[in-house]
Amino acid sequence: MNTRAASTFFHRRPNAYLALLLIPPLLWFGTVYLGSLFTLLWQSFYRIDDFTAQIVREPTLATYSQLVTQPANVDIVLRTVSMAIAVTIACALIALPIATYMARYASGRMKALFYVGVMLPMWTSYLVKVYAWRLLLAKEGIIAWVLGKLGLTGLLDAALAAPGIGGPSLSSSYIGMFLVFVYMWLPFMILPMAAALERVPNTLLQASADLGARPFQTFRNVTLPLAVPGIAAGSVFTFSLTLGDYIIPSVVGAPGYFIGMMVYVQQGTAGNIPLAAAFSVVPIVLIFLYLSVARRFGAFDAL
Amino acid sequence: MTAAIEFKTVSRVFGDVRAVDDVSFSIEPGEFFAMLGPSGSGKTSSLRLIAGFDAPTTGQVLLDGTDVSSVPPYERNVNTVFQDYALFPHMTVAENVAYGPRVRGVGTVERAARAREMLELVQLSALGERRPAQLSGGQRQRVALARALINHPRVLLLDEPLGALDLKLREEMQIELKSLQRRLGITFVYVTHDQGEALSMADRVAVFNKGKIEQLAAPRELYSRPRTAFVARFVGSANVADAALARAISGIDHAFAVRAENIVVREERASPPEGLSAAGEVLAVQFHGAVSRWQVKLDAGGTWSALVAEDDAHALSGIAVGSRVRLAWTRESALPLTESPGAA
Repeated sequence: MNTRAASTFFHRRPNAYLALLLIPPLLWFGTVYLGSLFTLLWQSFYRIDDFTAQIVREPTLATYSQLVTQPANVDIVLRTVSMAIAVTIACALIALPIATYMARYASGRMKALFYVGVMLPMWTSYLVKVYAWRLLLAKEGIIAWVLGKLGLTGLLDAALAAPGIGGPSLSSSYIGMFLVFVYMWLPFMILPMAAALERVPNTLLQASADLGARPFQTFRNVTLPLAVPGIAAGSVFTFSLTLGDYIIPSVVGAPGYFIGMMVYVQQGTAGNIPLAAAFSVVPIVLIFLYLSVARRFGAFDAL
Repeated sequence: MTAAIEFKTVSRVFGDVRAVDDVSFSIEPGEFFAMLGPSGSGKTSSLRLIAGFDAPTTGQVLLDGTDVSSVPPYERNVNTVFQDYALFPHMTVAENVAYGPRVRGVGTVERAARAREMLELVQLSALGERRPAQLSGGQRQRVALARALINHPRVLLLDEPLGALDLKLREEMQIELKSLQRRLGITFVYVTHDQGEALSMADRVAVFNKGKIEQLAAPRELYSRPRTAFVARFVGSANVADAALARAISGIDHAFAVRAENIVVREERASPPEGLSAAGEVLAVQFHGAVSRWQVKLDAGGTWSALVAEDDAHALSGIAVGSRVRLAWTRESALPLTESPGAA
């Protein structure tokens, strides 16, 4: 068949054309991506035999019961979720003014500079950044040094003395881990937020001012509600990335386990694939819950 | 009486562009004032200066005699109907309308009552719970109008408010807007590029061109006595003879304009008519129903058009495109222009 005949064939049968385009990626998505996800999920319904350390391939909820009843496992989930919530809130607070500036005020070169500046860190190796942060946060690191020169060592010591989140140094405390998480995921919050704000027409803000709203009222009543879909999208990134990460908690911070580390350890050295699978279901369920709550509160109404 | 709005030698400069160029005028309270001009002529820039979205580079904008050049929009008693309506997509129609009272601290019950009243005024009482996305263009336009009127502004600014509507709806809304303005007695400032809209609704029309006002007059005067070639062309779609062409046609060294409906088309060899005439070649004939528009390339230079009523068309039935014709008009229908077309 020559190209002209092929063109005619596909012009007459647009569905065939669509199928030709979609089948390869759908095969990949359906079998490789969703397939492996469901295989993993399925394994969480198996259990490990305590005596032989063999996987028992019969559907059971024993692994889940182990997950929700053993205090150590519950601690890990709570610790990870608390960190994810704190990181998400911090990212949203830092990202909002930056994204607002990028989308509404900056133009031309300044805008390009900001977008490149936000994305530049993502072009660098993840591990390099994490290890760099460990040095920055170390007891003899530059952050402690600068604070010392400014006479603020007392402040740092007070923060590190805080129960639960403190530690001997920033690099071995949850505060330090929190800082690294916020740094790592900030671009994933800024970009969707800026994209949402870019789509808000200027005349809506003018209309608000025209009707008597002061700048802060316009921000609260118009800008913020219309940025919510972007904030929701960004928070899904920061929340799920924190829930699943296992490198940052193992390089920086206090020794307590996180969900990601548990998945890594259980499916690796411990050989308990059902428990690893059950742990990896936790973030999926949490994100699903988060999205349905956000939806109920109208976060996506403006989409 | 203090003018509702006054511009005192106002300029707004963006880089090299003088969007508004040393403009002075005043608008009386209760007047329906149109700002007419092509895009980029400075009419919308002037509107933005009244609304407060922009500040003049030099000069003063006065509202009720007070200089407001540096007063922000939320402190001006002026409201705007935007070209794209600018309705808040995340609010219902009623919430949109009640937005003005809401941000001014009016209680929930009172502002809901006022919003209902406004929706009644624009005949949309039944749609208060809808979202803007669920409305038609005409309905959105009414919501924008209700939202802008709820604060009882001294001045209502309308930025091409009917531009997105189809012809029939636009004509209905023109009549409705005019009667609304009479009933409420509010000053309307109406920006449009449609000369028909400006002439049919406004008490006075300011014709904008290149940041300046070419002529400010009542519609009838604007039409019957255009001062410049630009106004003659833009408002009356008139044929303009600059000084050189005027000399060639009439022997007088003075620019003038003739409206297309005042020109009679004759065969070239017909007896020389009274008044003035010019010979040329037919370029095109467009049939519009009741009239046809004849485009004629004059021997003396320029392309003129003449409107021929369908009843008179049979006399010209033998004349095809490319034929020679003579355009004739009376001395009275030649409107003298005080400025040469080059200056406009």
